[in-house]
Amino acid sequence: MTPSRTAFAAILGKDLRTELRTMRSLPAMVLFAITTFIIFRYGLDRTTLSGSLAGGVLWTTLLFAAILGINRIFVSEQEEGGFDAIRLAPVDRTVLFTAKAAALFIYLCVLELIVVPTFAVFFLPQWAGLVPLIAVLAGANLGFAALGTLISSMAVNSRARDLLVPLLLLPLVVPLMIAATGASSSLFDPGGPGYDDFGTWLLVMGLYDGIFCLVGYAVFDFLLED
Amino acid sequence: MNGTAEAAIVLRGLDRDYGDRPALQGIDLTVAAGESLAVLGPNGSGKSTLLRILATLLRPTRGEVSVMGIELPRDAWKLRGKIGYLGHEPLLYQDLTGRENLELQAKLYGLEPELARSRIEADLELMEMGRRAGGRVNEYSAGMRQRIAICRAVLHRPTLLLLDEPDSNLDPEGRELARRLIGPGEGRTRVLVSHEPERALAEADVVLRLAHGGRIEGAVA
Repeated sequence: MTPSRTAFAAILGKDLRTELRTMRSLPAMVLFAITTFIIFRYGLDRTTLSGSLAGGVLWTTLLFAAILGINRIFVSEQEEGGFDAIRLAPVDRTVLFTAKAAALFIYLCVLELIVVPTFAVFFLPQWAGLVPLIAVLAGANLGFAALGTLISSMAVNSRARDLLVPLLLLPLVVPLMIAATGASSSLFDPGGPGYDDFGTWLLVMGLYDGIFCLVGYAVFDFLLED
Repeated sequence: MNGTAEAAIVLRGLDRDYGDRPALQGIDLTVAAGESLAVLGPNGSGKSTLLRILATLLRPTRGEVSVMGIELPRDAWKLRGKIGYLGHEPLLYQDLTGRENLELQAKLYGLEPELARSRIEADLELMEMGRRAGGRVNEYSAGMRQRIAICRAVLHRPTLLLLDEPDSNLDPEGRELARRLIGPGEGRTRVLVSHEPERALAEADVVLRLAHGGRIEGAVA
């Protein structure tokens, strides 16, 4: 068997190189998010947001932008025979799950690197809450990556892939979104970041992430069977 | 099959169904190590299904399958890495270059970087793709893709080659070059699916003819 670390690096490197070369996912995700902020800004007719409304706007936008990336994460594997190539190789198949989840995690980080400052410019009167927000973003990204990779691998063989991913993902991601919004809300308080229940919500996210990382790792091998 | 030779492939009562539709029915076959098996038959007779079962990509519905002494599907993981599979699809990432695809393959098969580099260059030169391997696969002609796919299938020097229409899209020169990498010899066991009986029969030690519905037509010769 090929060492899992070697196979992981090979698959992740291939995905990042392909995305850098083709820009098939990230530009669409960023464009979607920024457009949504513009719509919120004019739709709500507010130049500043705070508290749970700010958290809601940020996480709704990030969730739907993430779905664009999740939809495409296995497309090259499905359309270009990558599933077969990896199933033929002497590698632990769960390496594909971890590599794809890592790629998705990186896409989401890059997305947020552009989108969160844009959100702050559009809506936040003061930016002190952005530093602790990094922990919330990291926790949510891990959950998105694990669950999104799992759902995407199930939906990719269907012609209704674009419909199936949100249909399966959205109900399952609700607890993560509640926790992320709960943790973020107090960070966007008008008087500066507060930390009410911040730790509790992070703990909930950690638990969620742990469950879906384990579920994905445990069942992915079976999802690749014919 | 030579009675003293070690069996590379043993099939006993192999069936494979897709839902209610049988794709292979009651296949019994033995191929000795180093022999070439030609699988002939019309479209839809289960040739590619048989190849995918031997490649561990499909599970048999019923029956026993043993490849290189390894029982499938139970111990399929032991067989991976010993198989070179060339299917209908080239299994190449379109946005990577030909060389990058081979480098990825080498990493997945755990080849040492130095060995991988020299082997990739040697195989590309052999297939006369050395100077074109820096282009993206989606810019290649179908024949060039097939040449790279052949390099991919043999890069890890498998002991069992599973070849589904290996000459497809290749011009006569390409076919001749391909024979150096995937032709008979060097002790490799080969399973060759082909629509060209003359070529397959000329290279085969064992011939399996499949009819519609995946039944064996006549006797295994």
